[in-house]
Amino acid sequence: MSIQNNTNMNINKKDKIALIKRNLEKISKTSISIMEVCGTHTMSIAKFGIRSLLPPTINIISGPGCPVCVTSATDIKTAIDMAKMKDVIVATFGDMLKIPSQGDSLQNYSNVKIVYSPLDALTLAQKNKDKHIIFLGIGFETTTPLIAATILNAHKMSLTNFSVLSMHKLVPPALTAILKNPEHNLHAFILPGHVSVITGSRYFNFLKEFKINGVISGFDDLEIMESIYIMVHDFENGIFDIKNNYSNVVSEDGNQKAFKTIFDVFEIDDSEWRGIGIIPGSGLKIKGEFANFDAIKRFDYKKITIDEAPGCICGNILLGKAKPTECNFFEKHCTPSTPIGPCMVSSEGTCAAYFKYFL
Amino acid sequence: MCLAVPVKVTEIKENNLAEVEMNNVKLNVSRLLVENLNVGDYVLIHAGFIIERMTYEEAKDKLDLFDEYFKLLNSKE
Repeated sequence: MSIQNNTNMNINKKDKIALIKRNLEKISKTSISIMEVCGTHTMSIAKFGIRSLLPPTINIISGPGCPVCVTSATDIKTAIDMAKMKDVIVATFGDMLKIPSQGDSLQNYSNVKIVYSPLDALTLAQKNKDKHIIFLGIGFETTTPLIAATILNAHKMSLTNFSVLSMHKLVPPALTAILKNPEHNLHAFILPGHVSVITGSRYFNFLKEFKINGVISGFDDLEIMESIYIMVHDFENGIFDIKNNYSNVVSEDGNQKAFKTIFDVFEIDDSEWRGIGIIPGSGLKIKGEFANFDAIKRFDYKKITIDEAPGCICGNILLGKAKPTECNFFEKHCTPSTPIGPCMVSSEGTCAAYFKYFL
Repeated sequence: MCLAVPVKVTEIKENNLAEVEMNNVKLNVSRLLVENLNVGDYVLIHAGFIIERMTYEEAKDKLDLFDEYFKLLNSKE
């Protein structure tokens, strides 16, 4: 591809975004509130300044899309308690390290290791036979198949020094919980791109019953603007539908092999979401046949319910009920290097996005 | 956590692994969660796993927008 062609493509993209901006100004007549429910969308929307491209009738709200942020204070404490156990190595995705919990965090423990892939935790288990490796299982439908595949591998390898603390969650029950609140003012969702890769677009068809539009979106500025255009167009025309604007990787049926792998290892359970409380059927626990790989059962651990940090409104922010700028601690006491809650410290947190991109 | 990256498959390996490449960086990843993988396929990887193959599907849900883009292109020529 010649440099000239590349330049043309760049101009085309800017022109396309300008076109969508103009068209939105023409077609958007009624106030519409759109919620995004994916941490990467939170960051992309902030990074590209999407809100500044929209007419005043369109309001974008951040929802519970950051898996680390929606993990309850109780579960974070559980993870830290596991790091305190003798002869344990806790393996985790990096995002968990700085989440504060009662003045403590995982970064204070030298036996906590960041891994890129859950499979790396199996390698740790093989190399450290005198230690028990606990992997912190965080993530929605995109990530859970990976942990399921890892547990199946561990089972095949007959590993005895590996287990998972499952804090995995499912997206649809959270959306339903939000929509069942009669005070919600939402009209549409920007639906998570990579969750949909696994689940398929039909996974979100239930939203039509609530007369809510949804567009599965990719992550660059053009894709996000297109997705907003599609849902505003449908909304203004009284159409309620789930549309797919990430079709080079999202199909109607999704990656069935990956999706089924989740339910080979996990079963549906209730789960506590930060800011929302317990949502029935929204979590995943490890099935009985894989009890050896369930850290809660291996260590006979009893969860201790703890509250949020006083004054932290991360919970309300996750529900779209408040913006970070409305928090008394935002920027003054709560910053990425001195976080009070997970929404500020997670790389996909709403408060971190607002802080980083001066929203 | 939703972060996934598109890369190209350069080798199918044993033990359910594949070698992928992006910007001359090579990585070994698991192909446990996909089937019928070929060298040359573009795939999405996430935390050490291939989670889907990329295709060149026409985005049928944005046909209106394609018309608009076409008009825009024509008006520039």
